[in-house]
Amino acid sequence: MTRHLLSSADLSREQTEAILDTAASMHDVQRRQVKKLPTLRGRTVINFFFEDSTRTRSSFEIAGKWMSADTINLSAKGSSTSKGESLRDTVMTVNAMAVDALVIRHNASGACQQVAQWVDASVINAGDGTHEHPTQALLDAYTLRSRLGSLDGRHVVIVGDLTHSRVFRSNVITLKTLGARVTVVAPPTLMPSGVSAWSAADGFATSWDLDETLYAGDAPDAVMMLRVQRERMSGGFFPTAREYTVGYGMTRPRLERLLSANPEAAILHPGPMNRGLEISADAADSANSLVLDQVSAGVAVRMSVLYHLLAGDGSEAAA
Amino acid sequence: MPRPDSAATDGSDGSHSAPVRQPLPGQPLDPTGRDVLAASDIARALRRIAHEIVEHNKGAEDLVVLGIPSRGVELAHRLVDLIAEVEGATVPVGALDITFFRDDLRSQPTRAPMPSSIPAGGIDGKVVVLVDDVLYSGRTIRAALDALTDLGRPRAVRLAVLVDRGHRELPIRADHVGKNLPTAHTEKVQVRLTGSDGIPDVVRIAGGDR
Repeated sequence: MTRHLLSSADLSREQTEAILDTAASMHDVQRRQVKKLPTLRGRTVINFFFEDSTRTRSSFEIAGKWMSADTINLSAKGSSTSKGESLRDTVMTVNAMAVDALVIRHNASGACQQVAQWVDASVINAGDGTHEHPTQALLDAYTLRSRLGSLDGRHVVIVGDLTHSRVFRSNVITLKTLGARVTVVAPPTLMPSGVSAWSAADGFATSWDLDETLYAGDAPDAVMMLRVQRERMSGGFFPTAREYTVGYGMTRPRLERLLSANPEAAILHPGPMNRGLEISADAADSANSLVLDQVSAGVAVRMSVLYHLLAGDGSEAAA
Repeated sequence: MPRPDSAATDGSDGSHSAPVRQPLPGQPLDPTGRDVLAASDIARALRRIAHEIVEHNKGAEDLVVLGIPSRGVELAHRLVDLIAEVEGATVPVGALDITFFRDDLRSQPTRAPMPSSIPAGGIDGKVVVLVDDVLYSGRTIRAALDALTDLGRPRAVRLAVLVDRGHRELPIRADHVGKNLPTAHTEKVQVRLTGSDGIPDVVRIAGGDR
């Protein structure tokens, strides 16, 4: 296994599947009364969140604690960062305390890559700017795999604010690693400029038209609705929220039409949801919605990532 | 003590047919080794152990048989089938993976855990029989005892092994032993089982100074 997890592209198909398989074992632990494994006893994991987060940070913290690692949370507010200390000085200070892993969320794309070059600890990317969020992609893949079995040849549609989405970038990589076909849908203003140049060879496609994508024969096995990131929405990317909903929201009529084409179609959303904007309450609360499964998988997948990065002696397992 | 009612992981309902499994990756049988137990010996040993378990427990009441992956699981299913023959009783059977409880995780590449499945009735107040193929240092059993502690509080824990090869590093002993095999540290004990390895049952000793 790699020492760091910076990008979903760091993981081969075998490694990705190993993490998902282990996550299944971890999920069993989660259902027990005694949710504790001694596996990472004596290891120290620091969650360094320079950007706000509820579910990622709490699930990393719970994951570390259930594995018996000592888990410490730091945030930009309340650390020396707020006194003007540079990122390098801050992480080197933490590194000097001989920690084993740094889980980092930062608003600058590439921050984790940069930190990984400085420190001795394993670095886990918990979301860097608009770049990547590999553990989210792993938990989405885990959720989908639990529902669909293998992802080979499955059709997954990702809809929403792609320009600002690190979830989408990591998801495309991980889903393609696992053999799924991915179609991404966004209004032209929220479609990143380079995406149309991505390889179409292994079933990757882009579209501006959600209805065409959903109903044009190739019915999706899963539709992932991304959050409209209001905090990054100062640029006038669409005229009104209502217009976005009409064009790109998982509305009730759209859900009904989707389910008439494929009654098994799964609905995902990485959260937090803007109900009534990108996803209707009907879709979010339907039997096809895997939103809560995603949250539940979050801890198991992060336990698995910590296990694979920290438990061994760092060498590759013999084939 | 809490009852881990939800601990069943694969809908294990005490059904007795051994699960269909891929042949295990492992070293090939050493052709220069010497076979110490043939298929018939193994069958006899397991039958005797099944009788011993039931005799000691005065019936099949409250028994739970847990195999330690990988080959302990197949042995556990075989023992439960044999107990069913002897007693006509259905004993819950499962698998207990101990990867997360090993004391040597840090000195090796990361190991992939094997699936665990604890019967739906849990282990509280039950007599748990742990089953493994080879008893050696005792460290696997130490880990298994830790794993059990997290699942509940059995009334008693017993240990059944196909082969006891000595060289214990911890104060642990087996209650039911298929065969005591005095071995040298340098020797390897290779166990192969039909269901796990796709070849006829055999126990072979390989390597060492000869």
